[in-house]
Amino acid sequence: MSNPSLSATHDSAHHDASSQTTAGFWVYLMSDCLIFAVLFATFGVLVGNTADGPAGRDIFSLPYVAGETALLLLSSFTFGAGMLSARAGRRGPLLAWLVTTALLGAAFVGMELHEFAALVHDGAGPGVSAFLSAYFTLVGTHGLHVTLGILWLGVMLHQAWHYGLDEVVLRRLACLSMFWHFLDLIWICVFTFVYLRAFL
Amino acid sequence: MNSSSTHSVAGQPQADGHGDMKSYFVGFALSLALTAASFATIMSDIVPHSWRLGSMVALCVIQLLVQLAYFLHLGTGKSQAQNTAIFACTGLLIVIVVAGSLWVMHNANINMMPTQAISQNE
Repeated sequence: MSNPSLSATHDSAHHDASSQTTAGFWVYLMSDCLIFAVLFATFGVLVGNTADGPAGRDIFSLPYVAGETALLLLSSFTFGAGMLSARAGRRGPLLAWLVTTALLGAAFVGMELHEFAALVHDGAGPGVSAFLSAYFTLVGTHGLHVTLGILWLGVMLHQAWHYGLDEVVLRRLACLSMFWHFLDLIWICVFTFVYLRAFL
Repeated sequence: MNSSSTHSVAGQPQADGHGDMKSYFVGFALSLALTAASFATIMSDIVPHSWRLGSMVALCVIQLLVQLAYFLHLGTGKSQAQNTAIFACTGLLIVIVVAGSLWVMHNANINMMPTQAISQNE
């Protein structure tokens, strides 16, 4: 996969391959987007089916969600700053930004897991009602994506450390940055249509 | 392509499609402000009740466009036109799937009598 000799060629053909890769990755992100669209539609259909269990406004805490949102937004910014360092060829700042991004992402996942654990503990687990099943599936799928993004961040930290900022590493970083910003977009829809909507 | 033309509302950061520190700062500040506005819409009494859903959805859409433009560098420029077109097609699919599901299931809910009520009528 990460053959350093690939980086030896810096011709325009290579640049085409790089933009083709990001275009292909964009198509993947759009297919991922469709998965989330279906989960949002399911949630929207089932949101009223609480089966005598708690509704959204009984169990959600908006200040807590605002905290999660702040973490994810900040991590999107730190990743963007890291990409600027990467394109400028400065490896030290890039590694620092990537570590910051991973820590912010981990804090987000930690808050989400804590929220889920508290819900299950308080008798609002995914088995209680169709609403809660849809909620855990939708928000859990996003959390799983963030977790995999953190894993990918760890891999890229290693590659940037080991191989330097060659063409291949830059290309992979560009894909990861699209993935990370995309998860931020999904979260905007989550906090609006799952959390805020419950308090209308 | 009318969806891509609306992206110019959010601004066109960089022609080369990579952005700079300033565009990331602007995008971050706009996102923070829009998020704060979204939460304030629901958590305070600034917005009258009948306006809340509309303003909440509007703030969400604006923030999506801001992040697409400033973080994902989507725009109408030559290098991003392909991605923007793919995004527009996906957006159309999403609208059909989400709006269609909600519409069909809402009608199913109001037009189907609960089985208990039917057996009581008989």
